Amino acid sequence: MAAGGTGQVFPRNIVAAAWGHDHERAGADRVDLNTVTEFAPATEATWRDGDAWLGGGTFLFSQPQPGVTRLLDLAAFDWSPVTEDADGVAIAATCTFAELARWRPSHAAFAPFAALAARCCHALLGSFKVHNVATVGGNLCLSLPAGPVTALASTMDGVVLLRGRGESRGMPAADFVTGDGRNALRPGELLTRLWLPAASLSARTAFRQLSLSPAGRSAVLVAGRRDRFADTVVTVTASTPRPVCLRFPAPPTPAEAVAALDAQRPEYLDDVHGNAAWRAAMTRRLIGEVLAELAS
Amino acid sequence: MRVNGSPADGEPRPGQCLRTFLREQGWFGVKKGCDAGDCGACTVHVDGVPVHSCVYPAARARGREVTTIEGLAAGQGPGAHPVQAAFLAAQGFQCGFCTPGMIMTAAVLSPEQRADLPRSLKGSICRCTGYGAIEDAVSGTARLIPNGGVPAPGEPAPPGTGPAGTTGSPAGQGLGAPAGPQIVTGAARFTLDLGPEPGGDAGGHLPPAPPLHLKLVRAPHAHAWIRSVDAAAALRVPGVVAVLTYADSPARKFSTARHHNPDDDPCDTLVLDRTVRFHGQRVAVVVAESVAAAEAGRALVRVDYEALPAVTSAAAALAPGAPQLHPGLAPGNVCASADRATGDLDAGFAAAGAVYQGTFRAQRVQHVALETHAAVGWLDSGGRLVLRTSTQVPFLTRDELARVFGLDRDRVRVIAKRVGGGFGGKQELLTEDVVALAVLRTGRPAQLEFTREEQFTATTTRHPVEVTVRLGAAGDGTLTAFALAVTADTGAYGNHGPGVMYHAVEEAVTAYRCPNKRVRARSVYTNTVPAGAFRGYGLSQTVFAVESAVDELAAALGLDPVEFRRRNLLREGDAPDNASGEPADVSTAGLGVIECLDLVEKALATGRGEVAPDGWLSGTGVAVALLDTIPPGGHPGRARVAERPDGGYAVYVGTAEFGNGTATVHRQLVADALGCAPADVLVVSSDTDRTGHDTGAYGSTGIVVAGTAAVRAARALADAIAARAASGAGAGAAVEKPLEADGFCDGLSRSVSAAAHGFRVAVCPGTGEVRILQSVQAVDAGTVLNPVQLRGQVEGGVAQALGAALFEEVRVSAAGVVTTRALREYHVPVLADLPRTEVLFCSGTADPYGPHGAKPMSEAPFNPVAPALANALRDATGVRFTSTPLRRDVVYTTLRERSSPGN
Repeated sequence: MAAGGTGQVFPRNIVAAAWGHDHERAGADRVDLNTVTEFAPATEATWRDGDAWLGGGTFLFSQPQPGVTRLLDLAAFDWSPVTEDADGVAIAATCTFAELARWRPSHAAFAPFAALAARCCHALLGSFKVHNVATVGGNLCLSLPAGPVTALASTMDGVVLLRGRGESRGMPAADFVTGDGRNALRPGELLTRLWLPAASLSARTAFRQLSLSPAGRSAVLVAGRRDRFADTVVTVTASTPRPVCLRFPAPPTPAEAVAALDAQRPEYLDDVHGNAAWRAAMTRRLIGEVLAELAS
Repeated sequence: MRVNGSPADGEPRPGQCLRTFLREQGWFGVKKGCDAGDCGACTVHVDGVPVHSCVYPAARARGREVTTIEGLAAGQGPGAHPVQAAFLAAQGFQCGFCTPGMIMTAAVLSPEQRADLPRSLKGSICRCTGYGAIEDAVSGTARLIPNGGVPAPGEPAPPGTGPAGTTGSPAGQGLGAPAGPQIVTGAARFTLDLGPEPGGDAGGHLPPAPPLHLKLVRAPHAHAWIRSVDAAAALRVPGVVAVLTYADSPARKFSTARHHNPDDDPCDTLVLDRTVRFHGQRVAVVVAESVAAAEAGRALVRVDYEALPAVTSAAAALAPGAPQLHPGLAPGNVCASADRATGDLDAGFAAAGAVYQGTFRAQRVQHVALETHAAVGWLDSGGRLVLRTSTQVPFLTRDELARVFGLDRDRVRVIAKRVGGGFGGKQELLTEDVVALAVLRTGRPAQLEFTREEQFTATTTRHPVEVTVRLGAAGDGTLTAFALAVTADTGAYGNHGPGVMYHAVEEAVTAYRCPNKRVRARSVYTNTVPAGAFRGYGLSQTVFAVESAVDELAAALGLDPVEFRRRNLLREGDAPDNASGEPADVSTAGLGVIECLDLVEKALATGRGEVAPDGWLSGTGVAVALLDTIPPGGHPGRARVAERPDGGYAVYVGTAEFGNGTATVHRQLVADALGCAPADVLVVSSDTDRTGHDTGAYGSTGIVVAGTAAVRAARALADAIAARAASGAGAGAAVEKPLEADGFCDGLSRSVSAAAHGFRVAVCPGTGEVRILQSVQAVDAGTVLNPVQLRGQVEGGVAQALGAALFEEVRVSAAGVVTTRALREYHVPVLADLPRTEVLFCSGTADPYGPHGAKPMSEAPFNPVAPALANALRDATGVRFTSTPLRRDVVYTTLRERSSPGN
């Protein structure tokens, strides 16, 4: 999937249409966005209907975008890709996968996070050439089940910052993605950055991912974190339409974790990337492996 | 923006991607494969950073330096970049369409990335090579042997080479493809690379003016009647020139499938039909000055449909009272059927010590040639219709266009440039007819380029087939009864429906000696995307079933499956028996299937390859497949060899080069016949103005038929040159008139080629992962004319077959809608997915008819792969998998079901 990240904050209907939920659009094209008549810096524009924020473009240009007439180029903000202080790390929406994967913290304590971030970046189906362009914000806003930034942000108790017309708000990253290709964005709202608290960044982490092929799109992705007070967080993505976060005050047994998983009654995806029964079983399997690694 | 060191001409449009901008600037080395960032064919560097230019906003490249394949070796000379040289030395390409992107990717890999090519090349798709040669290229391992594999005096012949002719003959050497230097520099011209030819003007191969663009309105119903089409709003869009509908269509029906015998396929298709028979069928054509205008117009075409009841499976189509797709032509929706028997089947089963019956299913798969279907047409200065198109069959396309449009055959010219992969998918007339209609209506050049989505939804697929096999054998392992029942879903149109059905029950049935055989087969119309020709032509599906059943029967008798095959396989001197009772027109002289089997068995016995991880199940499996060397009923091929005014020779062949490597071998054969260096021979292919009628590139005939024609032409020319020399003419300083000679091969004399595949696999019961530990294929290609190319061809066939065996499936919903519409939804193998396959050649076989004793090897490598894998899986797990693809989730859930209590 090239759609690691890209133009973000489309009105939800565009995302849904673009992701093939509407196969009645027989004969749609995937080449130039011929309805687009203007390419403008996002810094100088006021959002209007027909606008799409342009992150890397790897998603926006990979699918028909019939309602889009103007691209608002987020590169104009010239945000620093990753900034850090003692309180945590802020990742700009425009930070590319390549920038995130090669980022090394100046706070040594954040090293476990950097390692997990790199693994999540590599979980993107898109090639390293896509990594050079696709953005963290785009991946979150695309809100695909297999979006690896969603996994990373949820596991790290990340907060996304959303800038709307006149007001800004923050929300837990785990709540941001609400379904397959759906999220909490309001029309015109822009995800500007992802903030990750220091307490999470030094936690021990583990990562497991499975797909139907060795380098394929994630069918199940389980990431886990155990901090120094033994709080444990396990996040399931890719096998479910939206992240499933399991929180435990002390390290759970695999059976406890699976019970917690089942208590949330997750719906497992059943599509070309894997059938539901396999995904459900692999989710359990990977949870066990993640817990074992966190305990080792 | 600067491109390759020079300022770009003009500014990109606001919504334009970098790929189309660069191609508009004439940088045709930037290829379009998927337009979604999945395949990598469009890879360029922006300020030195590699990107997929199809998903890179062109406006973002303003003020930057863009490098394409044409600029890679800037300052060093064309093709001088070490990666370009490495791709030539390893022959890391076949059709060459993915090659510029592959090279642009490889050229920037860090040492760390080179050490992990599976990850680094996961966004770089090649459909031809199977990646072995690409991996070699990237790692700097040459495949071409200096001096073409001819040993230096006193040196032994290098491994893998086997000179076919006399010592020093170019036939038999591992020479590179003639187009190699153009391919690695991005200069090779494919259909829509409408730029100057690298070798100078090819003679009327370019339109006289920029073409109009076509976009097709496609039906949103699986079955419908078109009440009306309202094009008024579309015609008001600035730039829209015409909207063509059923009212504009020629009334003559045809088949999109092209064969030597036009009666092989039912005439059931119109250029534009008022009846819709599958979701995605073309309904109207918008002709406009630009792609954007055509798209805008298309969005405004209003079609009023009366939806009709649809049948989207063979079972539904065969049910009593089912809606009829082609009333009158195909009662009961049966496109073709066959019922054959020899011997006494009941007696055969009665005499059997063991009987096995199973039902197997092989799925729809897509060819995924990297170059999508595309054609550009125009009227030449003499008013002739010219089509430049991505086709395997230029002459057959010409003939049918002439017939459909009521033109004399000499009023139509069809040209194929280099074709970016075909695999059978381009043995169809899918774009040329609408382009011709647009050209004839407007009088202006016009072009149509399919999107990747259209490739999936509206071209053709492999036939989904259900096969029931019932086999019986005596206690000593001798087959006594062989029954096969085949139902193929041919989709909405019968293109290749009969041919695929007949072929499916030919070599899969003749492969085994058995006195009692019964074959029933039918090809059924359904309201789904049409199935068509696909590598193997029906055999891959039936061979999967038969070879799986053979293993089961051997197991039931407690016999080794390899030994069981040895006992029953067709042998040299046998008359193949397809159960029709008719005498076979196929010779088994030189049949090497047993040697293939022996080679595979021996290789598996070494245990080479990886070791199974702890806790995994492991097993081995083999399968064989035969392939008749030429389709039945003749396959006329023609070639002309001429002296070139500037020295050397040119060979004009009618067949098309689509990555099968025939041009390479044609050059070798002509050089051998004329006693010249291969480099002195220029190969020019697939232009209906250059040779007499030629059937084209299908049925694995590029060497055995077209190569024979080339040899005959070259020998005739050699005779003429000798005669001229003997008469004293032309011996002086000036040759008065260059000589030329024609060669013809009727393709009526045919024999049998063979391939055997062996796998050792490990299966993780916890995840369903199937890991291939060892992969080996042995092929009977007769005399090997080019070992480097043959190896690549086999590796590529195995890779494509592994895609179909493990991952690929065109999914169609109950409503008849194709739901796998992009490469990210239809996983074709990338380097990470494939094992290295050891390729072995039979040594002792020579074909009675092929040039120098060569047999074809384009399709055969595909066919034994899926059953060999299923047999290995059975050996490892004890479970017989009866359908493909053998995806991890399916393997896992199947193993769980079989192992759970109560089962």
